[in-house]
Amino acid sequence: MFNVTNEPIDVNELIEQVLHNNVGAVQTFIGTVREMTHGKQTLQLEYHAYESMAVKMLERIGAEIQEQWPHTTVAITHRLGTLAIQEIAVVIAVSSPHRQASHEATAYAIERIKQIVPIWKKEYWADGSFWVGDQLEQNAYPEKEENHG
Amino acid sequence: MVDVLFFAGMKEKIGQAQVNADIAGKTVREIKLWVEQTYTLPKGSLERTMIAVNEEFVEDTDYVKSGDTIAFIPPVSGG
Repeated sequence: MFNVTNEPIDVNELIEQVLHNNVGAVQTFIGTVREMTHGKQTLQLEYHAYESMAVKMLERIGAEIQEQWPHTTVAITHRLGTLAIQEIAVVIAVSSPHRQASHEATAYAIERIKQIVPIWKKEYWADGSFWVGDQLEQNAYPEKEENHG
Repeated sequence: MVDVLFFAGMKEKIGQAQVNADIAGKTVREIKLWVEQTYTLPKGSLERTMIAVNEEFVEDTDYVKSGDTIAFIPPVSGG
């Protein structure tokens, strides 16, 4: 239910994982690779992870969701490695008996991924590459506000 | 002995992903200073870096013991 993978993500597989007889709503969030950010062209992205801890933190997000929105079922998969423009970087699927819980929980999950899951994005541009959030360079998150998904 | 893990930009800067070091018994804050000195990073550059010990986030005042794995977690940028 909580994975990182170097293979393309199958959205339907996550939907099937959260479907059962008491589900009345399934909400998915799909994060994809965007070409233009603040007028700068991304050629491709690389995602790197502290894989074992990343899975653990995804599981924690799932547990937090089930505590806040009981009766939800959650599946999250994050892609690693090199991704082209338009490829899927992350899929979150949440099911619930009624729609409100899955709406809210899906939004919560992507925000938490951006806070606690040890996965890092390296942007490749025509004129170089850049680790988003590079601690040593003291880089701010230049695209933080527009980078949600 | 303690395993120390580096990721992303920090791994590239330091030139290795993992080192094994005799730093058991130190606090997380002391280990941050040790890394700054050992790899001649700008002083204070790791002050706000998040740290995980055995895959759980910890505070700067926590102690690290022999056999632990300490990971430097640069600001994450998944999603």
